[in-house]
Order: sequence, then structure tokens, then C-alpha cells
Amino acid sequence: MEIPFEPGFSWTVLIDLSLLTLLMLCGLAMVRMRRLFGVAMLSGIYSLLSAAFFVVLDAVDVAFTEAAVGAGVSTVLVLSGMALTSKREQRVSSRRTILPLAIVVIVGAALVYATIDMPAIGDPNSPANAYVGQAYVERSPEDIGVPNIVTGVLASYRGYDTMGETLVVFTAGLACLLLLGSGSIRGGRKVTDPAPSEDEASPVGEAPAPARPLSDGPR
Amino acid sequence: MGMGHVILRVTIKLLFAPIVLFAFYVQFHGDYGPGGGFQAGVILAVAFVLYALGFGLEETKRAIPPRFLTFGMAFGVMIYVGTGFLTLFLGGNFLDYNVLDPDSHHNAGQHLGILMVEFGVGMAVASTMLQIFYLFAGREAEPSDDAW
Repeated sequence: MEIPFEPGFSWTVLIDLSLLTLLMLCGLAMVRMRRLFGVAMLSGIYSLLSAAFFVVLDAVDVAFTEAAVGAGVSTVLVLSGMALTSKREQRVSSRRTILPLAIVVIVGAALVYATIDMPAIGDPNSPANAYVGQAYVERSPEDIGVPNIVTGVLASYRGYDTMGETLVVFTAGLACLLLLGSGSIRGGRKVTDPAPSEDEASPVGEAPAPARPLSDGPR
Repeated sequence: MGMGHVILRVTIKLLFAPIVLFAFYVQFHGDYGPGGGFQAGVILAVAFVLYALGFGLEETKRAIPPRFLTFGMAFGVMIYVGTGFLTLFLGGNFLDYNVLDPDSHHNAGQHLGILMVEFGVGMAVASTMLQIFYLFAGREAEPSDDAW
């Protein structure tokens, strides 16, 4: 069933364009800047701008996530990671930037070329809106009865996917815990190995290794 | 604790409760407006991150010890998966919430199931985010090369 759709000019295009221009300027400033603190702040601003852009696209749930995760938590995490390294980015000789620049230009050109095939924003006949998306919108009121269809799709229609996403978040936390948790999952409480007794001493006559705390307490 | 950052600390104290309240609003209002477990979990974690930025990591760790977070990470995932198994044991498919309240004519089972899994998501995400922050912020910086 084809729905008539005429993509035309509307004033929100100006908002789109200004937001996209600001995003681009933000990205360029991040590339130029050497001070990592400024780069972290700019990446937070970039996330906030993209959140605003998602609001213009009527994707409020995505905008909400972007604002909370991108502008909030990841900026703080990047800052606390930055505290462990140097404050300035090292200069790279301009000869070594030629190949990365070429790759970026080629990939960017390919992406711009790919947008020519994309349906117009808001086209009801685009694949994303037509088949399964339309079915969700039509059937959600009687299947689930939750006013926010996004929540219905996320938690019920695709509850299994969301379980996987939760597991991904859990695994990320687990990996950080294993890599940075300083040996103890109980928040760095001291765990000491019992000293080896006399008859367990190494048979080659080396001095037994002194009992060493696995963790030196909360730091 | 000295008098440094006193404006920052007062502001954080003022903001802390509204942020937590907003997190719970987003959590339980996700059926009706934008939001849900992921967003609410992050907002809840951000409240404590803000507290840690103003009052120090040790103070925050006394309020929420890291071992609670380790528990919360796993328990949130368990609530989600457990809801799936609950529906299995009640005779439905995995995560088929309708069996939670089969006689309802207004999808009460779906509402209940979504609320349960979103609660699990919120708990897992909040605990994980705060745990990651603890782990990163709790490390001492290596002395930089130009420190000596």
C-alpha cells in the first residue's frame, strides 16, 4: 500500500542544518585540539548536539539515551580515564597523517554517495517505516496496550534482544571489574594468602615467596 | 573536608534528590513517556557520580559500597532472565508476559512484565555505570614523564 508522500521544504530544515553545522564544527575542533580536557568537553557537547538533533527527528527515546549516556556518563568516564594519562596529545608528523586522511576521505565519500539512495526523512513508504514498523504501530495498542510504542517494542516484542543488551552492559562492567578491580570483587578489601607452612616449602631450596596481599586496600 | 568548592557542593546537595527522583520517574513512567530502564539507570548512576565529583570517592563509597554494585549488576540481569523463566514455568514462551495475568482484558500481564524487566534493566545499568566509574576514578594516576 503506497502512501502519498511529497518531501518538501519545511522550516525545521533550518534547525537541522544549524545543528548539523554545529556538529561538524565540533568534530573539526576536536580534531584540531591537543588538550585532552578540551577534547573530552567537546565530545560531551557533541553528544548533547546529537541529542538535540534526535529530538528534531522525533526520536525522543534515543535523544534521552544520548543525552544521559553520551553527554553525562561517558564524559565523566573519559575525564576520569584522562586523569590517568597525559594532559596533551602528542604531535604526529604530518607525513604519517596522509594515509589515515586518505582512508577517512574515501570512507566519507562512500557514505555521502550512499545517502543518495536513502529515502527522504519521514517517508512513510521507506523500508524502516513500511513493513514491521507499521505492524508494530498498528498492533501495539491491542497486543501490549502501552502508550509508548518504543517501550512496547523494546521490552515486549523484542524482549529477547533487550535481554542481550542488558547482558552486554553487565559484561562490560564485569570486564572492567576483572581488569581494574585490583584482585578483589569486594571493593579492594585486603585478601592475604596464608603463608606457606614449613613442609610445603619449595623442594629446590629456594626461599618461599612472602605472602603478598592480592590487593592493597581501597585506593 | 575543607571549605573548597563550597558553591559546587551546595549545588550538588540541592541537585542530588531531584536527579534521583527524576531517575525513578523515568524508570516507572517509561510505559507512558520517553525513557525506561536504560535511561533511568544511567541517570541514577549520574547522581552518585556527581556526588563523588563534589565530595570525593571515599565518601561515595561509604554511601554505596562497591560490593552492593557487584551484587546489583548480577541481580538486575537475574530479574530480567528470571522474568523470562517465570513466564516459561507459567506455561508460556520465554518472556511472553501475557501468562502473568491471563484473564486480563487490558493487557495487565504485559504491563507487569514490562515493569519487571525494566526494573531489572535499570538496576543492572545503574550498578554497572557506577561500578565502572568507581573502578576508573579509584585508580591513582601514574606519575607523568615530566613529573621529575
